[in-house]
Amino acid sequence: MFLIMSKRRLNDAVTMMEIEAPLIARKARAGQFIIFRLDEFGERVPLTIADSDAERGSVTIIFQAVGKATQLLSQKEAGDFILDFVGPLGKPSELEGYKHACVIGGGVGNAIAYPSAKELHNNGAIVDIIAGFRSKDIVILEDEMKAVCDHLYITTDDGTYGEKGFVTDKLKSLIDAGNHYDLVIAIGPVPMMKFVSKVTEQYHIKTLVSLNPIMIDGTGMCGGCRVKVGGKTRFACVDGPEFDGHEVDFDELMLRNAFYKDQEKAEYEETCRIGRGPAKVTGKE
Amino acid sequence: MAINTSLKKVPMPAQDPLVRNHNFKEVTTGYTPEMAVEEARRCLNCKTKPCVEGCPVNVHIPEFIHLITEEKFEEAFQKITETNSLPAVCGRVCPQESQCEARCVRGKKGEAVAIGRLERFVADWHREHASRPPEKAVTNGHKVAIIGSGPSGLSCAADLAKAGYDVTIFEAFHTGGGVLVYGIPEFRLPKAIVSDEINNLRAMGVNLQTDMVIGRILSVDELLEDLNFDAVYIGSGAGLPSFMGIEGEDLIGVYSANEYLTRSNLMKAYNMEYATPIRKSRAVAVVGGGNVAMDAARTAKRLGAEKVYIVYRRSFAEMPARKEEVEHAQEEQIEFLNLENPVRIIGDERGQVKGMEVIKMKLGEPDSSGRRRPVAIPGSNYELDVDTVIVAIGTTPNPLLKKTTEGLETDRWGCIYTKDNGATSREGVFAGGDAVTGAATVILAMGAGKTAAASIDAYIRHKKAALSRTEI
Repeated sequence: MFLIMSKRRLNDAVTMMEIEAPLIARKARAGQFIIFRLDEFGERVPLTIADSDAERGSVTIIFQAVGKATQLLSQKEAGDFILDFVGPLGKPSELEGYKHACVIGGGVGNAIAYPSAKELHNNGAIVDIIAGFRSKDIVILEDEMKAVCDHLYITTDDGTYGEKGFVTDKLKSLIDAGNHYDLVIAIGPVPMMKFVSKVTEQYHIKTLVSLNPIMIDGTGMCGGCRVKVGGKTRFACVDGPEFDGHEVDFDELMLRNAFYKDQEKAEYEETCRIGRGPAKVTGKE
Repeated sequence: MAINTSLKKVPMPAQDPLVRNHNFKEVTTGYTPEMAVEEARRCLNCKTKPCVEGCPVNVHIPEFIHLITEEKFEEAFQKITETNSLPAVCGRVCPQESQCEARCVRGKKGEAVAIGRLERFVADWHREHASRPPEKAVTNGHKVAIIGSGPSGLSCAADLAKAGYDVTIFEAFHTGGGVLVYGIPEFRLPKAIVSDEINNLRAMGVNLQTDMVIGRILSVDELLEDLNFDAVYIGSGAGLPSFMGIEGEDLIGVYSANEYLTRSNLMKAYNMEYATPIRKSRAVAVVGGGNVAMDAARTAKRLGAEKVYIVYRRSFAEMPARKEEVEHAQEEQIEFLNLENPVRIIGDERGQVKGMEVIKMKLGEPDSSGRRRPVAIPGSNYELDVDTVIVAIGTTPNPLLKKTTEGLETDRWGCIYTKDNGATSREGVFAGGDAVTGAATVILAMGAGKTAAASIDAYIRHKKAALSRTEI
């Protein structure tokens, strides 16, 4: 059992929690993830580690309630317990030796991009963050991000906050203005990572993306999280979750992430019709 | 007591095939005491005990069977557990026909004695009637860490706990049992049996820590240096699933058998109360001919598929699955497409599997494995109408412990290298089971766990003796 030490709502759909997990906190590095299982009946759900504090023995997770498991987790309060919390899983990011990095987050992906920005900043790199959101009311972690970068650029799709437009537009304009990035990190919705990678490919800038495929065990056993990278089958849980954005087959990833979409929709309609409560959701959220 | 001269085994009671292929209850229901005694009387109690030589953990087979003829079932159980810590499991999943029963003298004319069924009977009888939990041995003050709670880890833990070691098992999943829980289905090995076996180990003082991925949360070196374990045993299992490398393997509706079985077995997707989803399939092709392929096919049938095919490139004669599993699958209306091989998986415009192109094969000359090599017959391709494909063609080792443990050598396939006694290239680190051999059987993994337990005991005694000499 793992204690929820604190909880904070970052916006209507996104929640931040600190979980008491001292052994994981001691080892957690940027780029790694945990898997939680709320109770006996729950799914195993991977979430990227947003922060960790070895002294407090805490691991911070930030998640959007998009499926049943994350919805139920978001309803828990400080002082409640989670049944299973496994990690740190996946390979840590290798963020040493860079001079000028651009870290790009999309929506709740900013929570995952934040620890990478922090580590790059601590390693002495100049860090620019482009944080993209749909609208002003879902902007998260503004102060935290500001504290770990040299320039923070917020964009919103509807122009209600920061600059109007997409993160790719901002990235292009920063590159064209003479910023010589030696690393771009893009974390967010799959289409965003795909289009950022397309932009940086033209400029030959090394680009890392963090993938979130369907996953069950997360330890290298089930093969559910396979993704195609450079034409080869790789497993996000042991080979990733970060990969070279120029080599990832994003279209296939989007396809595979929709594995249970039809079934969930049908089951959701079925459960609504006969009034049995909420439907099942996928392992990926 | 007179020998039962019947040439056939006492039949095993089982659920009707067409009923059981719609439920997850155990397929065979087990001998009654009367059946067990009758079958036990078929044993000739040979002085040479050829059956024992066929057993990777050297169960005292004629002795325990003789005790059954005297209706001393608890004594029979004690006799088995002198060398085998998981009899209820082995009685169900061991390939007896190629081990103990293959050597049985009765098998030369007629059927071998049903050693596996008798072992299961005795273990189940003990489970129902046992009055006392296993005893905790007097502790010797030495700590051993075991990575993985599958069959090799459990048997290693049992032997070490009996010898007085303070044993901690680290399990990556949320439940102990490894492949016994995530891999082998409920209808072949009820999970209540696995949890009973683990509770027995707990009663013997073994500490099981779940949610612990060694190599990440703690390294092998930290176990030895910071946490003061005297030795570490690695029983981390077979690893990542292999795929065929053909077109269409990433379509929606293609699973590895590991994933399919994990969803159904570990996460209980067959039970609506559990949240983990699994595909509702109409027609399923399972590629492969091993026990895992049989398990996946029979699970798919139980989950409601109308048609389930085993697609295997060789013939029944070369099939690696246990004979009983193949027979059970056939009874449950699994269709065997032997001497056929997938060419590509075909998807619809939404990326969903809608068929699999298959080519027919014939057997050519024997290959390096001694089995006749399958050769494609040009122009024999056809399309199999399926909406789900489950790939059960084996595994490749998990690289995590190798990468995080300096000096831990592996062979060219990535399996951990060990000597015959289970010692790895690192002092104080032992290994066994599928992590060493690649995917094999439960009983071979248990045998490796036992061997390593004896080596760990010898290693720690030797180290202690050396230490006391230097202190003098």
